[in-house]
Amino acid sequence: MRKVITGNYAAAYGAMLSRPAVVAAYPITPQTTIVELLAKFKAEGIADYKYIPVESEMAAISACMGAELSGVRAYTATSAHGLLLMHEMLHWVAGQRIPLVMNVANRALAPPWSVWADHQDAIAQRDTGWMQIFAENNQEVLDSVIMGYKIAESHDILLPMIINMDAFILTHTLEVVDIPDQEMVDEFLPSFDLPHKIDLDNPRQYGTLAFPNQYMEFRYKMAQAMERAKSKIKEVAEEFKKKFGRYHGDLLDIYRIDGADVVLITMGALSSMGKEAVDILREQGYNVGLIRLRTFRPFPTEDLRKYLKDVAVIGTIDRSYSFGYGGALFNEVKAALYGHSDVIVKDYIVGIGGRDISTETMIKIFKNAIEIKKEGKLDREIEWIDLNI
Amino acid sequence: MPFKVDELPEAPYSFQLVVNKTGSWRNFRPVIDYNRCIRCMICWKFCPDLSIQIVPDETHKLKIKPVIDYEHCKGCGICANECPVKCIEMVREE
Repeated sequence: MRKVITGNYAAAYGAMLSRPAVVAAYPITPQTTIVELLAKFKAEGIADYKYIPVESEMAAISACMGAELSGVRAYTATSAHGLLLMHEMLHWVAGQRIPLVMNVANRALAPPWSVWADHQDAIAQRDTGWMQIFAENNQEVLDSVIMGYKIAESHDILLPMIINMDAFILTHTLEVVDIPDQEMVDEFLPSFDLPHKIDLDNPRQYGTLAFPNQYMEFRYKMAQAMERAKSKIKEVAEEFKKKFGRYHGDLLDIYRIDGADVVLITMGALSSMGKEAVDILREQGYNVGLIRLRTFRPFPTEDLRKYLKDVAVIGTIDRSYSFGYGGALFNEVKAALYGHSDVIVKDYIVGIGGRDISTETMIKIFKNAIEIKKEGKLDREIEWIDLNI
Repeated sequence: MPFKVDELPEAPYSFQLVVNKTGSWRNFRPVIDYNRCIRCMICWKFCPDLSIQIVPDETHKLKIKPVIDYEHCKGCGICANECPVKCIEMVREE
C-alpha cells in the first residue's frame, strides 16, 4: 500500500509491522509523532503491543531492555537530549547483547537550544556497541526498521541497532512510502528468539560482576559480533531486495563513482542533494561521484578501501563535529584509508543545527574538491560551509 | 578462574561466572551464643549478604536456629548490632 507519510510515520509503520510486544514511549521533538502514531495503532486495535508511557528516556530504554530480556520484541524512539539521557543504558543494552531496534531523530544538542537536524547526538553514541544506520529517505526508514530487527536478532550478532533519521528533513517531510503487507513482513522477519532470555526454570543473574580475568573476553565477543554484522547487513539487504524489491545499499550506497576522481562521502538525508549535484556536474563533464555511508557502525573500512582506491580527492561531509579534532566521518574515513591510499581528504562541516543544505551547497563543495585535485594539495583540512563570517 | 573466549556464553550472565566466596574479606567473625539466642531470627532478616541460614535444631523448643555461612559472611556486624539479646559476639579473625 502506497501512502504519503512523514519519516516519523514511516518509522512507526516499520515498528508496528515488526510486531513488538512492548512499546516504551516518551515524547521529544522531533520524534514525538512516532510514539503518537504507535499509540493510535494500539487505541484502534490495529496493534496489540503493551504500550508503556514511561517517565523518561532512561526508563524507556530500560523498559525495552527488560522486555527483550524476558523474551519479547520491543521498540522505542528518541532524539537528541533523550538519547543522551539513555547513554548509560545504551552500554547496558549492547553489553547484555539485547537486539533492540530504536529510531533516533537526529537533532542538534544544546546549548544553545536547537530542535533542528544534525548528527551530533548519534555520533556521541559511537562507542556504545550499537549498530548505527543513517537513512536517506522515509522509505529507507521504514525498511531499515524491519531489516534492523532481522540483523540485530540474528544469533550470530545479538547487538542493538539505531536507525538514524534527520530531524524534520525526514521526520516531518511527507514522501510516498510503500507500506509492505503484514503477511510479507511476517514471512521475512522470524519471531523473537533471544538465546539468553530469562528462564524461570534456570534462574540466572544478569548485570553481574566479571573479574579482570573474564571481562575482556566478553568485550572481544562484542567486537567479533560487530565484525560479523558487516556481512549480515549485506545478506539481509539482499534478502530484503528479493522479498520486497527495494534496495537502499548495505554498508555503503554507491552513486556514480565509475571513473570518478573526486568523491564525496555523506551520511543521511543530505545525500540526496549530493546525488543531485553529481548528476548536474556529470552533465557538465566533471568526473565526480558520491558514496553514502549508510552504516556508521560497524564502519565499512574494507568496502571504503575497495571503492576509493583510484580516487584522487575525497570530501567528507560531516553534520557533526568532534571538538579539538574535526568531523567524525572525516577522521574515520582517513583512518580507514591510512596505508592503503595516498588520496587527499578534506572535511566539509555542513548543516550544523539545521542550517540549510541545498544542491547548490553540494555543488560548491564539489567544485572546491575539484580545485584541490587540480592544485594537487589541500587549501585547508577542515572547512565550515556557509558559515557567516 | 579465567575462561577462554569460546567457553563463555555470548551474553554475560551469572551462572557461568565465578561464585564469589567473600568470607575471606572478613576481619571480625560473628559468633552466636546459642544458649542465649532466643531464635527471633532478626539477624537472619537483617543480614545484607544472605549469609545467615535457618536450620533445624531439636535442642530448642522452637526447633530452629540461625547459622552463619562463614564462606560468604563479610563480617559487617549488622547481625550483632541488631540482635535484641546481644548474643552475637564479633571476634577478631586471626
